Amino acid sequence: MLNKYPLWKTLMVAFIVAFGALYATPNLYGEDPAVQVSGLRGVEANMATLDTIKANLTENNIDFFSIVLEKGQVLTRFKNTEDQLKARDVLDDKLGKKYSVALNLTPATPDWLAAIGGTPMKLGLDLSGGVSFLMEVNMKEAINKAKEGMVGDFRGDLRNEKIRYRSVKEVGNAIVVKFRKVADLEKGQSLLKKRYRDLLLTSDEDTLTLNAQMTEQKLKEIREYALKQNILIIRNRVNELGVAEPLVQRQGKKHIVIELPGVQDTAKAKEILNATATIEFRLVDTEGDLSAALNGRIPASSILLREKDGTPVLLKKRVMLTGDHITDAKSGFDEYSRPQVNISLDSAGGSKMSNGTKSNIGKPMATVFIEYKPTGRRDNEGNLIFEKVQEVISVATIQSRLGKSFRITGAGSQAEAHNLALLLRAGALIAPISIVEERTVGPTLGAENVQLGFQAIMMGFGLVFIFMIIYYRAFGVVANLALGANLVLIIGVMSLIPGATLTLPGMAGIVLTVGMAVDANVLIFERIREELREGKTVQQAIHQGYDAAFSTIIDANVTTLIAALILFAVGTGPVKGFAVTLSIGILTSMFTSVVGTRAVVNAIWGGKSLKKLSI
Amino acid sequence: MQILHLKETVAFMSYRKIAMVFSALLMIASIVSLATNKLNFGLDFTGGTLIEVGFEQAADLKKIRQVMADNGFSDAKVQFYGSSRDVVIRLGLREDVKAEMLGNEVLALLESGSGQKVDMRRIEFVGASVGDELAEQGGLAMLTALICILIYVAFRFEWRFAVGSVVALFHDVLLTLGLFSILQLEFDLTVLAAILAVIGYSLNDTIVVSDRIRENFRKIRDGQPEDVINISLTQTLSRTFITSITTLLVLAALFFRGGELIHGFATALLFGVFVGTYSSIYVASLVALALGVSREDLLPEVIEKEGEDQELMSP
Repeated sequence: MLNKYPLWKTLMVAFIVAFGALYATPNLYGEDPAVQVSGLRGVEANMATLDTIKANLTENNIDFFSIVLEKGQVLTRFKNTEDQLKARDVLDDKLGKKYSVALNLTPATPDWLAAIGGTPMKLGLDLSGGVSFLMEVNMKEAINKAKEGMVGDFRGDLRNEKIRYRSVKEVGNAIVVKFRKVADLEKGQSLLKKRYRDLLLTSDEDTLTLNAQMTEQKLKEIREYALKQNILIIRNRVNELGVAEPLVQRQGKKHIVIELPGVQDTAKAKEILNATATIEFRLVDTEGDLSAALNGRIPASSILLREKDGTPVLLKKRVMLTGDHITDAKSGFDEYSRPQVNISLDSAGGSKMSNGTKSNIGKPMATVFIEYKPTGRRDNEGNLIFEKVQEVISVATIQSRLGKSFRITGAGSQAEAHNLALLLRAGALIAPISIVEERTVGPTLGAENVQLGFQAIMMGFGLVFIFMIIYYRAFGVVANLALGANLVLIIGVMSLIPGATLTLPGMAGIVLTVGMAVDANVLIFERIREELREGKTVQQAIHQGYDAAFSTIIDANVTTLIAALILFAVGTGPVKGFAVTLSIGILTSMFTSVVGTRAVVNAIWGGKSLKKLSI
Repeated sequence: MQILHLKETVAFMSYRKIAMVFSALLMIASIVSLATNKLNFGLDFTGGTLIEVGFEQAADLKKIRQVMADNGFSDAKVQFYGSSRDVVIRLGLREDVKAEMLGNEVLALLESGSGQKVDMRRIEFVGASVGDELAEQGGLAMLTALICILIYVAFRFEWRFAVGSVVALFHDVLLTLGLFSILQLEFDLTVLAAILAVIGYSLNDTIVVSDRIRENFRKIRDGQPEDVINISLTQTLSRTFITSITTLLVLAALFFRGGELIHGFATALLFGVFVGTYSSIYVASLVALALGVSREDLLPEVIEKEGEDQELMSP
């Protein structure tokens, strides 16, 4: 029979819309004020932390209605923001040093919804308020540093192999080695060729020079490395900020995006992002009297520092090596499958290390992590005062004379070794970074934007609803049903896709899709009217109308989708948000306005012998 | 209900000379304005600092300008933003100070200068290099979009239609840019997004028309190209109008209710939809007609298929 859907097809449409509606529901529940406690520098929050928090809150008579440990973080929810703020202050005071205590708004999604993966849409910074930074890594400097390091390496290698050379210099993108004899040139070339596979070596026997060019591949690696390295450092620093759900992400070839929702005090954020952390290696003062030092009598040539757990360590004042010589650090296992950290140094660092360790084999060496933390206080000129925080992160025995690459064992668990490697890398900034873009949205503007966007969507909807009913009567109601289903589906899909964020232009995108989604129905309905005018029966007109309009609808939507996808590919931030809702809206609207309306039309008018149609 | 009751075919193409002159004039005006006035690029492209603040009472712009000038920000542009309590201050890029610290500094100045509590609504800082990159990327995005669409339409229809629709798109983008240049409206990233959406919308319209032209070329055996195009335009006119109306309705909602931040976005789209509707009627079909589109070009290649059928049927 004409215009009858099989039952399964009708059910499928109903199911898809219901599915969308289900995943859209988390957006209806509000958010609970919460406090999120997470460990810093490798410390993970555990049941003991949870108990401490509980005890502290009860002690201070602060009401909370849920507290959970999840992924190394403790999340406590409160009834109101007043309790939340009080709790933050109390916990920050008690846990401050080892944990970051952050204010958070946690979706109040009911458990059964959360269990099936239901979450509300993520709001962009222009709606939630907060700050976003775009930082640029100075790639020129990264490559310069790599070249400088290589010049030193070449010198060291040639000297070690007793190959005489006249000079090693950087010239443009290459390193030029001048020799005195052809024999040396040949020996040097074969040595360097063996050691540095990723360099392009060319020699000139007339001028006795060897030219080492970095390959495009090598340059790319250096850039990639510098970017990844800096992302690591920034992630570490951002974690120190105590922001719930921060985002640190690479963007393109040399940029890093940092989004800190809810942060208003950008000055503090900036100072922490620009702050420096370094690593130093020092010998442990084994002769000094530790208990005397603890009582204040520290030997003149020593300093007293503490480990993470508070154990005091007496160290020599003289620094054996500073962290800026570290070029790489990786965690791994030694031959007894104990966790270890492999460290690579540049050549200057290598010779310093070698000199420093040769007479100290068998003695313990400490790795000290130094950080400049803003204290929140300001000096007379209004500048933030930084506090130098030093912490011993590992003490290990020197097994042999160390050189350019060595390893530290005794760092503890594998996770700790991994973290140490991370910190060692993080301590050594490969290339300077600078803030090139910053956008701060205050909380009032964010809330206002949500309201404005919502109003615009509702008003746009209302206008189109009224117009469609006046113009197409019963069929207009069907089109409106499809529009409503479309909105529900857009919200459902936006909530389901983890990366999709709703922004103000994104809301504009939803409004725009509303306007454009009816186009498909207008095409179909106009076609049905045409067929009716030509004297076709009602059932034929409906059938022909849908059929003839279909290919037009596909063509029209695919081309718009092309524009939306290109926008998605090149756009950033808010514009990307617009592209996301526009693309999703095009796809869902094709479904609701073609398949969805057909199901309703078929159910109401299909297969009946009708003389007239309310269109 | 029916807005248009068209019993007769409208002879759209007989007005083509007027349309051509009209479009050409508007395009020339846009090019001239773009060349002389340029675009009033927003912060996204020029770089600099923008601070939006909310005051409790109506703000005194003169006083704010004075405070800014007294503290070494004589280049500051101070304007109302939406209401008299909302003020936007724009600063150019400067070499001497750390630009990223400017926002907070200005905020402090305003608080002490006005004696009121100032609500920080928005601070944006964009470095110079970012703006250049964006302009480059934006232009590239538009070009890629146009090329991809050209390929798709050429593949689905015929090259004459593809050229027609891309000329129409170019026409729409140029006129929208022209409007922004003539009125010196701020051109920022959201406007760029709106222009890409205009491309999508205008294309939508053009495709619907081209689709009908193709269909009618196949149906009407002895039609002259001009007549076929006129018939197709008349048949789709009602749909063109209604879709434009619904889209303009929602855009009006955005324009009046969406707030200052997407005002430019809504403006670009409102204008773009107007121009897009016009161009799908006149520009795209006109170009296809001028390039000599004919019935033969659009006939489906079904001869082989029919042959196959016969072979299958004969034992």
